[in-house]
Amino acid sequence: MSETLKITDLHVAIEGKLILRGVNLTINRGEIHALMGPNGSGKSTLGNAIMGHPSYEVTGGAIELNGENVLEWDATGRSRAGIFMAFQRPMAIPGVKMADFLRHATTNVRNPERKEGEELIPMRQFRKELTEKMDQLRMDTEFARRYVNDGFSGGEMKRAEILQLAMLRPKFAILDETDSGLDVDAVKLASESIAEIGGEQMGILIITHHDKLLERNTPDFTHVMLGGKLVETGGVELARELYTDGYDRIRTSYPEAAAAEEAMTEVEAV
Amino acid sequence: MATDITEESSLGEINKYDFVTPTTAVFKAEKGINAEIVAQISEMKNEPGWMRDFRLEAFKIFESKPMPKWGGDISLDFQDIYYYLKPTNEQGKTWDDVPQEIKDTFDKLGIPEAEKKYLAGVKAQFESEVVYGSLQEDLGNKGVIFTDTDTAVREHPELLREYFGKIIPSTDNKFAALNSAVWSGGSFIYVPPGVKIDFPLQAYFRINAEQMGQFERTLIIVDEGAEVHYVEGCTAPMYTTESLHSAVVEVMVKKNGRCRYTTIQNWANNIYNLVTKRAMAYENALMEWVDGNLGSHLTMKYPAVYMMEPGARGEILSIAFSSTGQHQDAGAKVVHCAPNTKSRIISKSISKNGGRSSYRGLCKVEDGATGCKSNVVCDALILDSESRSDTYPYIEVEEQDVQIEHEASVSRIGEEQLFYLMSRGLTEAEASSMIVSGFIEPLIKELPMEYAVEMNRLIELQMEGSVG
Ligand SMILES: Nc1ncnc2c1ncn2[C@@H]1O[C@H](COP(=O)(O)OP(=O)(O)OP(=O)(O)O)[C@@H](O)[C@H]1O
Ligand SMILES: [Mg+2]
Repeated sequence: MSETLKITDLHVAIEGKLILRGVNLTINRGEIHALMGPNGSGKSTLGNAIMGHPSYEVTGGAIELNGENVLEWDATGRSRAGIFMAFQRPMAIPGVKMADFLRHATTNVRNPERKEGEELIPMRQFRKELTEKMDQLRMDTEFARRYVNDGFSGGEMKRAEILQLAMLRPKFAILDETDSGLDVDAVKLASESIAEIGGEQMGILIITHHDKLLERNTPDFTHVMLGGKLVETGGVELARELYTDGYDRIRTSYPEAAAAEEAMTEVEAV
Repeated sequence: MATDITEESSLGEINKYDFVTPTTAVFKAEKGINAEIVAQISEMKNEPGWMRDFRLEAFKIFESKPMPKWGGDISLDFQDIYYYLKPTNEQGKTWDDVPQEIKDTFDKLGIPEAEKKYLAGVKAQFESEVVYGSLQEDLGNKGVIFTDTDTAVREHPELLREYFGKIIPSTDNKFAALNSAVWSGGSFIYVPPGVKIDFPLQAYFRINAEQMGQFERTLIIVDEGAEVHYVEGCTAPMYTTESLHSAVVEVMVKKNGRCRYTTIQNWANNIYNLVTKRAMAYENALMEWVDGNLGSHLTMKYPAVYMMEPGARGEILSIAFSSTGQHQDAGAKVVHCAPNTKSRIISKSISKNGGRSSYRGLCKVEDGATGCKSNVVCDALILDSESRSDTYPYIEVEEQDVQIEHEASVSRIGEEQLFYLMSRGLTEAEASSMIVSGFIEPLIKELPMEYAVEMNRLIELQMEGSVG
């Protein structure tokens, strides 16, 4: 049976403010989903809620992984269960070397039962794998000795997120604007890596405003978020329409969500 | 059992130095301090008259000085402390007397068997005696003196009379006066001109010496163009039955000399650790203090560098970690007495589970010390809302032409950072531990390899809450 990440009627609030107002989405392993929508519509919020960010309060609905209740797990549990998110703005952890961080992360995700203090994956094996992956992403090996996201350029941060994806090999990955900040060549490389890592192995949710990642990773489904709801789902042609024509048609077709969007941004302006 | 052999031989060692005399046993039972006790300490050590007089004078100063007004609350009854109890007390101490929790911590830290006993106050190890012997011979050939301070008083009176108590006079503060009156043990190092010792000298190798005592007295003289790195202490919790540790460390670095003094101390929770450390650096000399403080009820320690002649440099790196019931009042002091002198202070503190860390620093530039540079960075990391951190920087500048930078930051462990690491499969505890080790990384880098490893391991244990 195919593995599934299933989101049902998800409501999410931040600091008491409702952002997601009933999201339904089912991703099977092996599928590529594109998620588009105007700024501030709630795309990253959906990702963060799936990943278990403690500030994103789920006030209603369900998230299930193969029928298991994901909401009962903290971010650690979700990660070890095979969920991954490449962040739009990854955090810097000064003083912690990429290699050390990745070795811990990789060990934990591969041995979800690992307790604190237990053995890490052997250094040699880890180094070999890391070097391979870094070569593929054309990253200088020096990068592994740098501190996690500390002083990274925008593009370096995104590459580092893809490197983590490659090392952790999750079942489900959310890529939040992983293409933004990358130069043309880097986007191409990233697309290829994602395709390579993905294939039949991964269910992917690509959040993007551009077409580049989607060229090589053709979405099976495209979803549009507006005012905290997925208002329309289509195929690859919907993605094309949106990044060429924008969201005017969507706003007109879904006045209720458009009104919610306006309300959300108004509150912010205050 | 091996411990028994150890016991006997340590007794032999002590007898050799006349530490055990019929009167000592009686004396040892006595608590408290007065001039008579001070004189007796000197007598039992067979000290020359000048040292006895030095002690008695210091005792007078101790009595006349008020308690320090800065730092933390000191509630000590000076009459409820043993001031000299080493030899007979230690005879009775065996590995079996060491509390299980201390042994467990040693195991967790992966400390070698021989070292464990030393650290726990169980004397003498043959393994290291061998190492020590050849080391001592090698150093001796170069004219280096490395011994305990009691021995130095007997064997090197000319050096002692010239430098002892000159860098930190008894009048400096109440606890320096107390130490001067009742000191015992500590290291004495003399490095002759141009001699560079290319491996760290460790207190651990200094057998025959008295145990890491309550009132250690260390004196290091680095002659012109000479270099030394001295390492004292250890990351394992120090086991002592007494509640006051008050050491004095004096360092003299002459023209073009270099000295680095590394300390890592992890005291039991009941200890007052009140230490005075000061170095004088002469023309183009470099003095570096690397200081790690963990545990204790209250630590007050502000390693100082006085830059006496042009081109002298002082660097002070310190880490403090405080948890429940602990207050680390640590910092640094740099005094620019001559032109073109340079100093750098990096201080990092971590407070957890209601612990309190304070940074107290002084940067002073005297009139006429033109072209000086001083850079101070102190960062505090607070792990929860019960914990506390304060910064007390004092800057006294009597000269215009100077460049002084001071940066201070206080941060709480960020939810965003924790989430980021947890989303990569780390548990919350692993994540905070990793953030903390990243925070102190700039200092850990400066430690000798084996200490860096131990220090990291220790911080991990502290984070798990399984140590003191
Ligand atoms: N941590 C937070 N604290 C406060 N408000 C937040 C937080 N995260 C998101 N929001 C608010 O929630 C709404 C949705 O934000 P979200 O980041 O999900 O949008 P998005 O669709 O990802 O936008 P973009 O395309 O600009 O990345 C916005 O109004 C935003 O300001
Ligand atoms: Mg976003």
